[in-house]
Amino acid sequence: MIEVKNIKKSFGSKVVLNDVSCKMESGKVNLIIGSSGSGKTVFLKCLVGLMGLDSGDVLYEGKNVATMQEQEQKELRTQIGMLFQGSALFDSLTVEQNVMFPLDMFTKKSSAEKLKRVNEVLDRVNLKDSNNKFPAEISGGMKKRVALARAIVLNPKYLFCDEPNSGLDPQTSLVVDKLIMEITKEYNITTIMNTHDMNSVMESGDKIIFLYQGEKRWEGSKEDIIFSKDEKLNNFIFASEFLQEAKKMRMMEAK
Amino acid sequence: MFSKPENGRVYWKEFVHQCYELGMGSLGIVVIISLFLGAVTTIQTAYQLVSPLVQKYVIAEIIRDSAFLELSPTVVCIVLAGVVGSKIASELGNMRVSEQIDALEIMGINSKTYLILPKIVAAFVMIPCLIVISMFLTVWGGYLAATISGVMSSQQFNQGLVKDFVSFNLIFGLIKSFTFAFIISSVSAYFGYHVKGGALEIGQASTKSVVVSCILILFADYGLAALLL
Repeated sequence: MIEVKNIKKSFGSKVVLNDVSCKMESGKVNLIIGSSGSGKTVFLKCLVGLMGLDSGDVLYEGKNVATMQEQEQKELRTQIGMLFQGSALFDSLTVEQNVMFPLDMFTKKSSAEKLKRVNEVLDRVNLKDSNNKFPAEISGGMKKRVALARAIVLNPKYLFCDEPNSGLDPQTSLVVDKLIMEITKEYNITTIMNTHDMNSVMESGDKIIFLYQGEKRWEGSKEDIIFSKDEKLNNFIFASEFLQEAKKMRMMEAK
Repeated sequence: MFSKPENGRVYWKEFVHQCYELGMGSLGIVVIISLFLGAVTTIQTAYQLVSPLVQKYVIAEIIRDSAFLELSPTVVCIVLAGVVGSKIASELGNMRVSEQIDALEIMGINSKTYLILPKIVAAFVMIPCLIVISMFLTVWGGYLAATISGVMSSQQFNQGLVKDFVSFNLIFGLIKSFTFAFIISSVSAYFGYHVKGGALEIGQASTKSVVVSCILILFADYGLAALLL
């Protein structure tokens, strides 16, 4: 479990995160939603330590990251997998080498064992026969799946996904969402996912946190979101007339 | 800045890869530049030394010492600042912009140690090697130009090559090449690693790294000459 306590982050005079607190549970997909510029990516980067906090605490399994020894922080990092918005695959390495990279760096397994593990995770994300392709030779959806395979190859306890659906068609988005959901349950991972995608919200959001102008405005589940009376949340989620109609229908069905 | 490598084998592999990229990637241009530098310097020196009191073999001496002291270490390193420096800066800049550096940090890898250290060490190993090759080729280019154009005979050239040879000149050229190797790799890595923005900024960082490297090379060139000669 990850607990966030009153974190604040600003860039100059611009406050990006203001007193945000929440708990991310293990075995669940915890969604961070909000419009562009609401602080989602900064929130994620603060959680994984890519950005420092102005104040507040981030606790992994009750342990405060700020007070951890250097060795503890290094160990924690090996338990974190991250799926970046642009996949962040290493251009000069093939798909297989990309996924094998963390194994090469942090394990003393034999080449055969490493290859077996790489094929296992590539198989898990439904990517066979692409081992020797370079990132430039595969589609956006495949890149996301390779990045996901690389993120889970060391069996992480925490998985961070920064807008995994950006730039993907709705069908491929669903595939990636389902994979993240399945992997989260299968390995009991604490998954934190930033998204704009309403399909993701409705499909995979076990827990949803809505950020608005750097503040946590709403928290609940995907079932709660239909009945939410928060105007800002409703404007964000049900932006189009089509979605508003869908919401009305879902509410009527529920009644 | 740098820390103990997480896995020596992976770093060694990266170092070998960088040596190959840097060495083989620049060999062609070094060969061409060196041959022509030697050839042109020979013809132009012969053109200027028209006094009957100056022996022909002096031209070969001038070529040898110019190659060891200035042409190979400085001129070739300025070219390498463009070839290698812009490559390092744009590679790291692209990795920064496309979040590949963040991905390394998330994995718990010191990205500076993993990405920059092998490049600096590879430059330290390969650039002096390239400079030694360049010294040999510059002299050879001079020899070819001298004999083909009839400026002097091969005996005269060989006589000039061994006459009053000061071995410190060679060492001085190597000291320069080590210094310039560090300047080229560290300056370009600095600008590339700290890129913020997108494709435009990568280009700007690449250009800036070449300009700053060239200026620093010229300053270091003067400083070393003033100190050691």
